[in-house]
Amino acid sequence: MTIPEIFETMDYGPAPESDAEARAWIARHEGRFGPFIGGSFAKPGETFATRNPATGETLAQVTQGTTEDVDAAVKAARKAFPAWSKLSGHQRARHLYALARLLQKHSRLFAVLESMDNGKPIRESRDIDVPLAQRHFYYHAGLAQLRDAEVPDHSPHGVCGQIVPWNFPLLMLSWKIAPALAAGNTVVLKPAEYTSLTALLFADICVEAGLPKGVVNIVTGDGATGAALVDHPDVNKIAFTGSTDVGRKLREATAGTGKALTLELGGKSPYIVFDDADIDSAIEGLVDAIWFNQGQVCCAGSRLLVQEGIAEDFHTRLKARMAKLRAGDPLDKSIDIGAIVDPVQLDRIKALVGGNEDGETHHAPIDLPAKGCFYPPTLITGLSSASHLMQEEIFGPVLVSTTFRTPGEAVEIANNTRYGLAATLWTENVNLALDVAPKLVSGVVWVNATNLFDAAAGFGGVRESGFGREGGWEGLAAYLKPDIATKAVKPAKPADPAQEEFTGIDRTAKMYIGGSQARPDSGYSRPVTSPKGKILGHVGLANRKDLRNAVEAANKAAGWGRTTGHLRAQILYYMAENLSARGGEFASRISDLTGATAKTAAGEVEMSLDRLFTYAAWADKFDGAAKTVPIRGVALAMNEPVGTIGVFCPDEAPLLGPISLMAPAVAMGNRAILVASESAPLALTDLYQVLDTSDLPGGVVNILTGQHGELATQMAGHMDIDAVWSFSAADISRTIEKAAAGNLKRTWVNHGRNPDWTTPAGEGKRFLQAATEVKTIWVPYGE
Amino acid sequence: MTRPPLTSDRAMTARADFAPLITDARNPGTALDLDWVASVQANTSAIERRAATLPGRRSVKKDYQAAWLARAISCIDLTTLAGDDTPGRVRRLCAKARQPARAEILDAIGLPDLTVGAVCVYHDMIAPAVEALEGSGIPVAAVSTGFPAGLSPFHLRVREIEESVKAGAAEIDIVISRRHVLTGDWQALYDEMKTFRAACGEAHVKAILATGELGTLRNVARASLVCMMAGADFIKTSTGKESVNATLPVSLVMIRAIRAYEAATGFRVGYKPAGGISKAKDAVTYLALMKEELGDPWLRPDLFRFGASSLLGDIERQLEHHLTGSYSAGWRHAMG
Repeated sequence: MTIPEIFETMDYGPAPESDAEARAWIARHEGRFGPFIGGSFAKPGETFATRNPATGETLAQVTQGTTEDVDAAVKAARKAFPAWSKLSGHQRARHLYALARLLQKHSRLFAVLESMDNGKPIRESRDIDVPLAQRHFYYHAGLAQLRDAEVPDHSPHGVCGQIVPWNFPLLMLSWKIAPALAAGNTVVLKPAEYTSLTALLFADICVEAGLPKGVVNIVTGDGATGAALVDHPDVNKIAFTGSTDVGRKLREATAGTGKALTLELGGKSPYIVFDDADIDSAIEGLVDAIWFNQGQVCCAGSRLLVQEGIAEDFHTRLKARMAKLRAGDPLDKSIDIGAIVDPVQLDRIKALVGGNEDGETHHAPIDLPAKGCFYPPTLITGLSSASHLMQEEIFGPVLVSTTFRTPGEAVEIANNTRYGLAATLWTENVNLALDVAPKLVSGVVWVNATNLFDAAAGFGGVRESGFGREGGWEGLAAYLKPDIATKAVKPAKPADPAQEEFTGIDRTAKMYIGGSQARPDSGYSRPVTSPKGKILGHVGLANRKDLRNAVEAANKAAGWGRTTGHLRAQILYYMAENLSARGGEFASRISDLTGATAKTAAGEVEMSLDRLFTYAAWADKFDGAAKTVPIRGVALAMNEPVGTIGVFCPDEAPLLGPISLMAPAVAMGNRAILVASESAPLALTDLYQVLDTSDLPGGVVNILTGQHGELATQMAGHMDIDAVWSFSAADISRTIEKAAAGNLKRTWVNHGRNPDWTTPAGEGKRFLQAATEVKTIWVPYGE
Repeated sequence: MTRPPLTSDRAMTARADFAPLITDARNPGTALDLDWVASVQANTSAIERRAATLPGRRSVKKDYQAAWLARAISCIDLTTLAGDDTPGRVRRLCAKARQPARAEILDAIGLPDLTVGAVCVYHDMIAPAVEALEGSGIPVAAVSTGFPAGLSPFHLRVREIEESVKAGAAEIDIVISRRHVLTGDWQALYDEMKTFRAACGEAHVKAILATGELGTLRNVARASLVCMMAGADFIKTSTGKESVNATLPVSLVMIRAIRAYEAATGFRVGYKPAGGISKAKDAVTYLALMKEELGDPWLRPDLFRFGASSLLGDIERQLEHHLTGSYSAGWRHAMG
């Protein structure tokens, strides 16, 4: 077109970003990449092609990492670990700072390479992915500098295996590597097979930065390579970002191994628009929510919930906005919608949308390139919660929509999902915003904005969106473990009940469910004996129905989480008061159960009172934070209760043990289902009388008795329990972690080793952290 | 901006039902719809985010850039609003309006007849401007109604419009009474604007909101709407005399108001950012903003103007750079 013609049409025309430097970099590596192990690239092995999804062109050949490659990488990381972890925080900070600076110096190369390999618009890789990656390294240089002083008595895990997805290849690499290195770990990272190139470029800058050999290792390959990394016995921690299905497999694969695990998984995040919102801004927000990165975003606002009265207007205006989106060459600077990462993903999106018969499907009437993996921005209106596409993650540029009538209904629909990663809400009413945000079941909430990220703010999910946080101090915590002395638990050997003459009145301890005593559904009970075999009483054997009843009772008591910390403190103090009044009785019970001396037993009661006071004290002091994020606004990190927690109590310390676990759970607003120690349950079953007289609402604490081995599977498999803790003497850690994969509930298990409950190791912040989940609420402001 | 009135479906159906009726007829205005005005929302942070990312979302290069810059020239209200304006100074400006860039540059890009959109002056400079522009087709715009503060007696402000129209101004840039906005007296604003519009007769009227003095974007949105309801042909950001003049966030709010007004009534109102736009790159960003948020009709001088005095010089330098590949110098181009 001539200038006078363009003067009339006012088209944008092409605005291509040059790919020359990126191609030159690939050429310098001769178009073939081996794994990066121990500070240098190994020879390429068997390779596969990595392609540009916008054109189908092969960009380079990348090695399919073998078990041997993974082993070599883990060995290199292990070798590097002692020296790296012994560096001072300041020395590690210098290394992270160097990586940040180099990411900045090569920023355009990273951006172009990312867009070529992934298909995302250069605008996004240049203005979002790469700057956020740089920011992550700068921020974590700071965390490395401060960690020794601010997080004392903690150690890095060791070698971390990290697996990242293809939607934000470099950014997810940064989210994984920066905190791991800051904490003093070494890493083996596997990029997604579709998008290995920026990770390999990152390997280059690790060399350029003079990072010690073996601190960062990159092994490319597909799921088999990832599995080899997960299964490697010398890996101490696995961090994964990807699909919920794979996350579930990793939970099962690592169960019982003692490997720490954090998972950042899928989502179907609600995007709620109330009728007093700035509608044009909410619509523009959707562009950044579901049409960002072609909708291939785990936290994409993919479920639109619009208040009924404005829905028609909203959809009309939304469609007008969709018609303005431009799809095409990802390296064109005026492109909003790039290529879907791979034909496999494109087919999946087509199948999901094609298979849907509900509602009305609207494809944006825009031009798509004739070839390459492109899918038009799509809106499906008129769906209900029951519609398949309202529940299923599409992971493409497809927005599904439904309506609501009231704020209460909006919350209900929003939470009607297996996922819980992020949520967005739009309203100009501050009361409404701050009322609804805490009620949304999700790890992140954006108020009048969407997809805001920063290294200082925690990111991560609840429910089947995974667990663990990335970013902020809470993200650093996922790469550290407390230095706690533990000792192996010894299951008490059940003594044969002595054949003794029965005296007195029979006492069978009942279970305690929903504030009432309950007999076991099974109708079975068993004797409890002293270490010498004296029968002390009987306890019922709980089965799955008793557990079901306890969960129902616990969930009915969900209001506990909305009470004030002050009230919860009062009740914990009151428990201590009532326990103290009956201290002698509990002390002799402990003596009977364990054979402890009267003095030791009285000491355990005293320590239990101390512990109740500790968590009464914490109930209104475990504060959240206002994060220093680079926007005009606040990112609030709120410590929210996890929900319903199942707890297998230890054998040792029959009173102090359960109280050490119950008290932090209850103080933080959770409901607890305590399974009493198998060998010494009676101190806990006695406790219900204390609970009853302490104004604790029914259902907040429930007590079961029975066999841990049997209940572990039921408990960890129950879909309506949010977390399971085990300090049991029974060997159930693996069982729990494996069964927890079902709804990806949080687990905290002892792997056969417990702290000494009478020491400071038996209390403190780690208990509070296990009892809470950080929700980050972003509230930009300004008038 | 916000929804059209909830009380009626006409807002969104208008576009479909009356689409064939949309013409570039002047906006006749509507009754004052206070419910609509009250329902207007403007979320500042979200608007700023959109404005901040827009320049990174659209880019025009090479011939496209040259064509867009030429388009920007055609939309400039070449302006002089200084106390020391003289007929000679105004004649020089008008010559520049007729020949906005060196002839060989315009020839090279194939647009030899390119002119600016209008020349904008104070009342006393209308006569020399009209004379200097005779036969060019370039209209003369006059700032009016006690510009820039708008605090002279109301009847004199109305009279000033009438005098300017009589003197040959085809466009009148009025200033609104900011106090009506700041006190929420929408009826007073509406009445004032309606009176000004009537006084303009056949001359087009641009309503200057002086957004830098309105306090909030919400006020900007509401004032925009009320002025359009009262019959403004254009809404314009600033006098150029406030401490903050045209900005992208303010522009976004105003053009979203224009969009909502068109959706509800079928009438297209023009937009004029004024003050502070001095770079060719900024001009392209503004054009992209209009194209994205309102559409191609708003890329023409009948619906879009830049109020600018130094912008043209930078565009000239950019055009010469486009042709020669070398960066230009200001003294190579005729001053206005």
